[in-house]
Amino acid sequence: MVAEAQRVDKDRVELLRFTTAGSVDDGKSTLIGRLLHDSKSIFEDQMEALQRSTDLTGGGEVNLANLTDGLRAEREQGITIDVAYRYFATPRRKFIVADTPGHVQYTRNMVTGASTANLAIILIDARKGVIEQTRRHSYLSTLLGIPHLLVCVNKMDLVDYKEEVFTAIEQDFADFGTRLQTQDITFIPVSALKGDNIVERSAHTDWYQGPTLLNHLEEVYIANDRNLVEGRLPVQYVIRPQTPEHPDFRGFAGQIASGVFHVGDEVVALPSGLASRITSLHTYEGDLETAYAPMSVAMTLADEIDISRGDMIVQKGHLPHMDSQVDAMLCWMDEQALNPARKYLLKHNTHTVRCMVRKVQHRVDIETLQYDTEATTLSLNEIGRCTLKTTVPLIFDAYSRNRQTGSFILVDEVTHRTVAAGLIQEPEVEPPSPQAEEYAI
Amino acid sequence: METDIETYTLTHLQALESEAIHIMREVAAEFERPVLLFSGGKDSICLLRLAEKAFHPGRFPFPLLNIDTGHNFPELIDFRDRRAAELKAKLIVRTVEDAIRDGIAQPVPGETSRNRLQIPTLLAALEEFRFDCAIGGARRDEEKARAKERIFSFRDAFGQWDPKNQRPELWNIYNGRLHPGENMRVFPLSNWTEMDVWQYIAHEQLDLPTIYFTHEREVVRRDNQWLPVSDLLPLKKNETPETLRVRVRTIGDISCTGCIESEANSVQDIIDEIAAARVTERGSRADDKRSEAAMEDRKKEGYF
Repeated sequence: MVAEAQRVDKDRVELLRFTTAGSVDDGKSTLIGRLLHDSKSIFEDQMEALQRSTDLTGGGEVNLANLTDGLRAEREQGITIDVAYRYFATPRRKFIVADTPGHVQYTRNMVTGASTANLAIILIDARKGVIEQTRRHSYLSTLLGIPHLLVCVNKMDLVDYKEEVFTAIEQDFADFGTRLQTQDITFIPVSALKGDNIVERSAHTDWYQGPTLLNHLEEVYIANDRNLVEGRLPVQYVIRPQTPEHPDFRGFAGQIASGVFHVGDEVVALPSGLASRITSLHTYEGDLETAYAPMSVAMTLADEIDISRGDMIVQKGHLPHMDSQVDAMLCWMDEQALNPARKYLLKHNTHTVRCMVRKVQHRVDIETLQYDTEATTLSLNEIGRCTLKTTVPLIFDAYSRNRQTGSFILVDEVTHRTVAAGLIQEPEVEPPSPQAEEYAI
Repeated sequence: METDIETYTLTHLQALESEAIHIMREVAAEFERPVLLFSGGKDSICLLRLAEKAFHPGRFPFPLLNIDTGHNFPELIDFRDRRAAELKAKLIVRTVEDAIRDGIAQPVPGETSRNRLQIPTLLAALEEFRFDCAIGGARRDEEKARAKERIFSFRDAFGQWDPKNQRPELWNIYNGRLHPGENMRVFPLSNWTEMDVWQYIAHEQLDLPTIYFTHEREVVRRDNQWLPVSDLLPLKKNETPETLRVRVRTIGDISCTGCIESEANSVQDIIDEIAAARVTERGSRADDKRSEAAMEDRKKEGYF
């Protein structure tokens, strides 16, 4: 029976996605290597491969960073080129780690890794304290709406595990952290190299009563991270089997972006504005009474209304914005700078439209976090607030309320490269709460 | 409200499944001629179930494709054909044998693995049917070079993967734009681990080829692993075969897939065995052992 109970528990494991930020010297790869190693997620053949590869980097010792640096060029140069995803699990949770490099393509990679994360680990070198880069990492983490920040003060072994060093850094961070939007910030003194407070509690920091890094990752409360208030279903695909068994089935398939839907709920299809009622929430296992984010379902409605890919089905009473002009923070990711004279493809949820960047409102200086209002363009790894005009209205919420319906990417029409990530800002003058009738044709 | 939130959570498997279904539907919506790579191996068996789910009660709108090396375990081929027939799915098979005959693939003297030869065979098949997107079962936890691959992984007109020039991938918004001749590999199981796959197989009660479970087989010890004795693996002078109770953990060609000694008779046995394992799945594949960057090199050329 005990074995039986464990099997059930295994199925109850939750998923937590986190990202790590830190410069090349902060020991970020070592930290992840340590987490994998100490949580017994490294296997013998990986260890052997590591030992074989030690000659490459010159050191005689096994380098835990080599576990995460996957491409040959990275191992040879001792750098991380691109976002790498790692996986490990404990009996409590399964973790997806987006490991982002600290130098080349820094913003581009970190924004990518942060876009899906519940939590960001910010690494601070105990000897250096809060530096510009710390502010930058923290700013990007909160800009991308990561709900939880975990500040690891690393290399505590090099400052003799002194409590004063840790509390001074904690205070420093809190001073500018109050300007950050994240409410949940936790500090942990660690040594990734020595393994202090990573998985096992350190014998050197008896003044520290908080959790170890792994404890915190296992315990941090994430159920609240999703928006469960505003029902949004971006329609991906219309399922119409037209078979003898299902002659009239018309299911609007999609992954629920936010909120909770029940059979019988009144909903509005946008952009048409036509109202209807949910008749079923279909899945392969059978119909559900209730479905919520981030489930993938096929919704059927009481009325025959024309809905296709790119439309959004939303809960009546919680309507999103609908506008062909939006203000957004753009994170530029392409070698070719933003050209306001050009048109770009904009993919928002399942909806692709063309757009122009009408105006760069300001560019954020990533080093100082000051605004440059004179800026007229954005180059690789730059971030700025821009006004965009789309050919067809977008149905959206502000990114700060809804990471799913508030985000988009820009794609170059010629090269097809993904050139920017966009985070839609709350419209500055809040229009009177829109009503379904106003959308109606 | 607080208590409500608790009831509206997903387990990690449900979350991974939902993500994969979303990816399948994006493929169906954004590509003209997608295809699903189905080998009969455990990962592609999961893919097939996800495809069934994504379009239910309709049928998934793409055919299946298998690149048959001709060096497969016969159990795998039987399973592949049976499963496709059960689903009434269209199964396209292109063989390395034919590709060699047609001069599309050229074996190098002494090369035992047909991994490399699968590459031109696959590319030729994609071209033959003008497939613009191939859905594959690769996972990022399999191998270090895969850890950096996108879910929508862009390939140029030569089928090549350029790790330094990948499109950034944010949120769940995938960029599927292509020029004529280019194509996309899409990996819905990117975020799954070997354990997730087995837990999903258990949860879904998916049928598997019998070689995943314990059976008696004649094997020989070579390069620190047990390789199945077959016509394709002639014994060397000083080698003596043994008959052991083994199973396979991952399926490649019969000439390079190491068997592990195991008594695992059920999916749950396998889950317990993996939980205690000290070697990764790919550790039993001779093709990945050649160098630390073996997979990276194959992928750049257009491997799955």
